[in-house]
Amino acid sequence: MKLTKHFEQGKFVITCEVGPPKGIEIDKLIDELEPLRGKADAFNVTDLQSSVMRVGSLATCRLLKDRDLEPIMQLTCRDRNRLGLQSDVLSAAVLGIENLLCLTGDHPKLGDHPQAMPVFDLDSVQLLSAVKGIMNGKDMAGNELEGRPPEFCLGAVVNPGADPLEPQIIKMAKKIEAGAEFFQTQAVYEVDKFADFMKKVKPLKVPVMAGIVFLKSPAMAKFMNANVAGIHVPDEIIDELAAVPKEKRVEKSLEISARLIKQLKDLCQGIHIMSLGWERHIATVLEMAGL
Amino acid sequence: MLYTENKPIEEVLESLGKEKNVFLLGCNGCAEVCETGGEKALSAMKAELEKAGKNVTSTCLVDFLCNKMLVTTRLSRQRDQLQQSDSILVLTCGIGVQTVSKVVNKVVHPAANTVSLGGLQGLWPSDERCQACGDCALDYTGGICPVTFCAKSLLNGPCGGAKDGKCEVDNEKDCGWQLIYERLQKVGRLENLKKVRVARDHSKMLPSSELRQKSFYDIEV
Repeated sequence: MKLTKHFEQGKFVITCEVGPPKGIEIDKLIDELEPLRGKADAFNVTDLQSSVMRVGSLATCRLLKDRDLEPIMQLTCRDRNRLGLQSDVLSAAVLGIENLLCLTGDHPKLGDHPQAMPVFDLDSVQLLSAVKGIMNGKDMAGNELEGRPPEFCLGAVVNPGADPLEPQIIKMAKKIEAGAEFFQTQAVYEVDKFADFMKKVKPLKVPVMAGIVFLKSPAMAKFMNANVAGIHVPDEIIDELAAVPKEKRVEKSLEISARLIKQLKDLCQGIHIMSLGWERHIATVLEMAGL
Repeated sequence: MLYTENKPIEEVLESLGKEKNVFLLGCNGCAEVCETGGEKALSAMKAELEKAGKNVTSTCLVDFLCNKMLVTTRLSRQRDQLQQSDSILVLTCGIGVQTVSKVVNKVVHPAANTVSLGGLQGLWPSDERCQACGDCALDYTGGICPVTFCAKSLLNGPCGGAKDGKCEVDNEKDCGWQLIYERLQKVGRLENLKKVRVARDHSKMLPSSELRQKSFYDIEV
């Protein structure tokens, strides 16, 4: 089912991120999603997240589909030129995938194969336009596709914490022009700043899902503050997590995430949970947040 | 030798938009050989612009527009005419256009596409400036090249991975898109960014055999 259907029904939409394994034993990952059946509306399957070689998004999406879990296939511009990308879009349609999230992708230098050639033949805006073109029955070179064209719901990403923010919003508008129908954001920890961002993008009239990343430790928060663009975990949250003994940390972390979700709920149209290996805790957090 | 080809005059006029007073700056280096710079190209462009109702405030020919010192010295003699101009149309390769944008606080427009560096990176001695993509975007980005300055060569804006203005790939390197954003803000052309740029045509990187022939010197024939 297309994610846009949920937004149209005025539902507060919940998606979760799934990172395929580096190896072929994938059952454990899919089993861990079982408790989320009926709770999460769809699952983003990452496309070689952080430029680390692993099982692909397309195959994993199909495995989720086989279990009646709705996948969102992430598609990045890092590894494939326009031939590869357009072909994978067609393959996705053939395998029954209905939601695509198009993004630029991290540079290979950040991953486990820094020797790899960065492709970036297209950027995220051009990728969205290419998929939109395919949905209208034509490839990027203007050639007609045979038969019925595929239908997709297209998503994109935005970083509300980017500084400066204006170029991000200009690009967001271009993504909408190119075909994006919903947005997922980078992790949000500062509710006021996010509220301000939502005010600025209100005229764009597009559903926005706030990103939630579970804070596993004060060290992780500090690491993200120092290294990840657009993420700022305020000191109060780091102190709150650091103040409890180690064995209570998971509980505290989940409590912080649930509180954030409650605060963000009225500001946006959904949340996107990036649990980074803590898939087993998502159901608890949703319950604590009253969702 | 840097191979350059004239952009279609329609594209040049579109990039000048409503600007009335245009300063024409040509290069007497490689661009002269390719007939995109030099005296001949300069007077042809002057005639085209006047035919289109533009006022050419002044023209200037510099031996190597890729030499920052040379450009600064030559242009300082025409400061008044520059000040009266809405923009500068630069008849040369991508490196020359970027030199001008670096030394003059005016909107710059490229008149040519750089097709191939053909063995010489110009005289700019520091950063790599031009990848000879064959479809010069310097007009749209305020004279800073997104192909060379962005680690992912993105054409439609930043990837969102820059931290404190530095690139996600190398924290010693400025984010090209942040530089472009700041430059466009400074010259009052931020609306340029709102235009969607279509995917690159990589076949434009190959110089035609005619162009190659034109630039052969005695030693090669």
